[in-house]
Amino acid sequence: MEKEMVCIVCPMSCHLRVGFSDVDGSIESVTGNTCPRGDVYARKELTNPTRMLTSTVKIEGAQYERLPVITSSDIPKSMMRAVMEQLRHVVVKAPVNNKDVVIANVCGLNVDIIASRTMK
Amino acid sequence: MYDFLVIGAGISGALIARDLSKYQCSVAILEKDNDVANGVTSGNSAMIHSGHDPKDGTMKLKMNLRGNEMWEDLCKELKVDFWRNGAMVVAVSEEELPALHKLHKQAIDRKVPCRLLNHDEALAMEPNLSDHVVEAMDLPTTGLVSPWESCIAAIEDAMNNGVELFLGNKVEKIVKHADHYEVHTTKGVYQSRFVINAAGLYADKIYGMVSDCTDWKINPRKGEYFILDKQNPTIVTRTIYPLPSEKGKGVLVIPTVHHNVLLGPNSEPIDDPEANDNTYDALEYVRREVGKCVKNIPMGDNIRTYAGLRPTGSTNDFIIEEAKDAERFINVACIESPGLASAPAISEYVLNEIISKKFDLVKKTEPRIERRPWIIMNRMDMDAKQELVNGDTKFAQMICRCEHISEGEIVDIIHRNCGATTVKGVKRRVRPGAGRCQGGFCEPKVVAILARELKVSPLDVLLDGDDSHLLLERTKG
Amino acid sequence: MKTYDLVVIGGGSAGLAAAISAYDNGVTDILILERDKELGGILNQCIHNGFGLHTFKEELSGPSYAERFITMIHDRGIQFKLNAMVTHLSDEKVVEYVTPAEGYVRIQAKAVILAMGCRERTRGAIAVPGYRPAGIWSAGTAQRYLNMEGYMVGRKVFILGSGDIGLIMARRMSLEGAQVMGVAEIMPYSNGLPRNIKQCLEDFDIPLFLSHTISRIEGKQRVNQVTIQQVDDKMKPIAGTEKVFDVDTVLFSVGLIPENALSEEAEVKLHRRTKGPIVDESYQTNVDGIFACGNVLHVHDLVDWVSQEGTKAGKAASRYLKKELVEGGSTIDLDAGIGVGYIVPHKVNPDNIGATVECMFRVTRTYKNVFVKVYKDGEVIKTVKKRAMAPAEMENIVLKKEDLAGCKKNILIQVSEEQ
Repeated sequence: MEKEMVCIVCPMSCHLRVGFSDVDGSIESVTGNTCPRGDVYARKELTNPTRMLTSTVKIEGAQYERLPVITSSDIPKSMMRAVMEQLRHVVVKAPVNNKDVVIANVCGLNVDIIASRTMK
Repeated sequence: MYDFLVIGAGISGALIARDLSKYQCSVAILEKDNDVANGVTSGNSAMIHSGHDPKDGTMKLKMNLRGNEMWEDLCKELKVDFWRNGAMVVAVSEEELPALHKLHKQAIDRKVPCRLLNHDEALAMEPNLSDHVVEAMDLPTTGLVSPWESCIAAIEDAMNNGVELFLGNKVEKIVKHADHYEVHTTKGVYQSRFVINAAGLYADKIYGMVSDCTDWKINPRKGEYFILDKQNPTIVTRTIYPLPSEKGKGVLVIPTVHHNVLLGPNSEPIDDPEANDNTYDALEYVRREVGKCVKNIPMGDNIRTYAGLRPTGSTNDFIIEEAKDAERFINVACIESPGLASAPAISEYVLNEIISKKFDLVKKTEPRIERRPWIIMNRMDMDAKQELVNGDTKFAQMICRCEHISEGEIVDIIHRNCGATTVKGVKRRVRPGAGRCQGGFCEPKVVAILARELKVSPLDVLLDGDDSHLLLERTKG
Repeated sequence: MKTYDLVVIGGGSAGLAAAISAYDNGVTDILILERDKELGGILNQCIHNGFGLHTFKEELSGPSYAERFITMIHDRGIQFKLNAMVTHLSDEKVVEYVTPAEGYVRIQAKAVILAMGCRERTRGAIAVPGYRPAGIWSAGTAQRYLNMEGYMVGRKVFILGSGDIGLIMARRMSLEGAQVMGVAEIMPYSNGLPRNIKQCLEDFDIPLFLSHTISRIEGKQRVNQVTIQQVDDKMKPIAGTEKVFDVDTVLFSVGLIPENALSEEAEVKLHRRTKGPIVDESYQTNVDGIFACGNVLHVHDLVDWVSQEGTKAGKAASRYLKKELVEGGSTIDLDAGIGVGYIVPHKVNPDNIGATVECMFRVTRTYKNVFVKVYKDGEVIKTVKKRAMAPAEMENIVLKKEDLAGCKKNILIQVSEEQ
């Protein structure tokens, strides 16, 4: 069995073909990539797709009412909605520094929500 | 009990109310929308025609000629813009010459200043005219105003001098009593000796509340336009008319008092008097036709399209008269082109020829409260600007990049008589959102200012009508 | 009237990089004029990550990327004014600006760097038929409301334009709970980065309608419906292909326009294609001492190249102020041939470049496995193999000083299928 996907690691956008074993469905081959990063991307995207998540949280006492935040590293794609839900109830107080932890270990993922800018 | 209730806060109603405010009488304006100048007054060519075009024997002709004489002084009194830019009717083929010459003779007969030009003369005056110009007729008395600015200023002036304005009051029923009218709106009941029906696209419906007369009705016609970005100089200085056909004056190239250029309108009958949408076919038609008389039109500088609805009357003329079957009910109806040009003359006629026959118009003795003009900083010199800033630093906080409008100017027009309460209301009075970015930069700031000054939540700030909320909810709510 | 050596109009990514570069090359009398209440420009509302991969080898959020440069400004003590809108610029480099702190001020600049960025093309400008109700915004304005002010502009959204801004907003609105019904794109291919197609559309099951445009918007006071239609090869809607969506919001991501009103006032000549100033190898315009960089010069897709361009312009401005630039020498035109939309800079004076000059260009359509050829006076002097190029991705080609030597007519860059 084969699946086609586009690699998004660089602008080449190689068209990848991923071959799966008939026996246990595991990935047997990745072809069509021009460099090794494509292979790594394909395997990850098909077994454990992750994403970086960026959003905003409420902030009080600052020049804006929303503070942009980012996950400290990538999280499982399936957890994006759950993490967004956690962000709805957070209120931080100014001043906040870039990379300050807003929520530690969000949803038990060992990933923090951190400020992505300083805001006074 | 009012002496006069004016139904409709468009340019007709506004000027009549204002003229009445010079006399000892009580006046109120009922307007169905949440701002004035929302209907026909905000969707037209903004032109003060010379009077060369209307048919002999019509009110349109009589009012247009007189109105053209009056507009410049009126704008001085109101302290709004007037530009007598002139116009040309252009023939681009030999076949069109008889029609042009007929118009020329007509203009001479009614003493409208005019002059026939040959190809070279026409192009010397307007270098961007089509190379196919055969002859043209110069009409130097043609002018331009901003219809909504004039209307808003007139109502502000009227309110400064005692006229009451009731917005959001849509007339639903009128009861005729022996010596007065009882007008029921969505918000209240008003009693008045006289009713002046200046209700634009709905004038026949309003008249129908007191009469079964079917002498006239309104068959709206839509006209669509492109608006080009400000140009210095504008591609033509004079308004350029093609030769008219049975459908109307044709697709024109019209500078504005703000130095934008309008392209349009077409003319299509419509059923729904609220249908001021743009259509693919009409825009294509305007695009195709507009190059007939003018070349080098920078269509890439289009910033916006809009549509206006003409309250075309079934008699093809204005209806300005006391209703035969409803005493003291004065119809000011079917005021399509040249309605704007005629407006001051219409008001003069209504007061002198209709009202004065039934009501003693006695001039007020107290001095009139003059209208303070809008603060337009981009027209002031450095010292004048700096003086304003010294009084209030809001005049140094720039909100609109395209038109250079400050926060102070916006706050000023919110807190006046007939002040702005919506984003479009701000735009119509001091222009943020009218420039090339169409509010892309300034709208969030205007919304914040409106919310602060009107003491409402930004969620309640409207673009225009009562159901035109902009922001639906907060994030992280 | 106060005088400054260098006035930078715009404190966004281009202006910041230019000011820092000018400072590091010996110009300390600098003033940055920024109209917003903080430095950073459009980056401040771009809260998504992906910025700085080339510059910092990290993928930062927009505000974080801006913060790196703002820190450099503060470290160097470069002067800047906020809430300062430049209202006039003359060809004599007199700058008029207004700020609540000072009111209206006129200053004399010895050199000016234009870094005003872009505005967005609007629904009105592309004349989409229908009503003109609330609920219609350019994607950037909706982004500002959402990310800076914290307001959702709508709950059911349709987006026109599959460039990155439209795609980013599709994701952003979806994450905040809106339903994005689709994205229409008039071209037969998307202009956005493939990663954004994946992460903004596919991740959220948002359909992409290629070769489609919005043909009508309904709703007298607030949007309630859009109609999209397929277009033919003349970009005209095809009857019978209408699809209708019930929405309350329409976002337009249909192009950026360099904001050159001030440039035109100062008699700076603009390029027909880029809509930005025509510049030479030193990023100097036709007006002596006025330079341009960043989005105001030509629309960029990666902020790293904006910063790089700003850095080059800042250095050039410093050389101008030190009278190191050779003025009035013969310049070679850099002309765009087949497949190339435009090249920046537009002309080169070889006396003013170091060893090389970097030419940025965009192609007019997607290409795979082609060659970019450089012609000097009609003869090929350089051929570069390119595996993949797209109009949405700015390309560059580096020319050496010796490549330009002896050129009498022009340098032409074009795309060729053959070696």
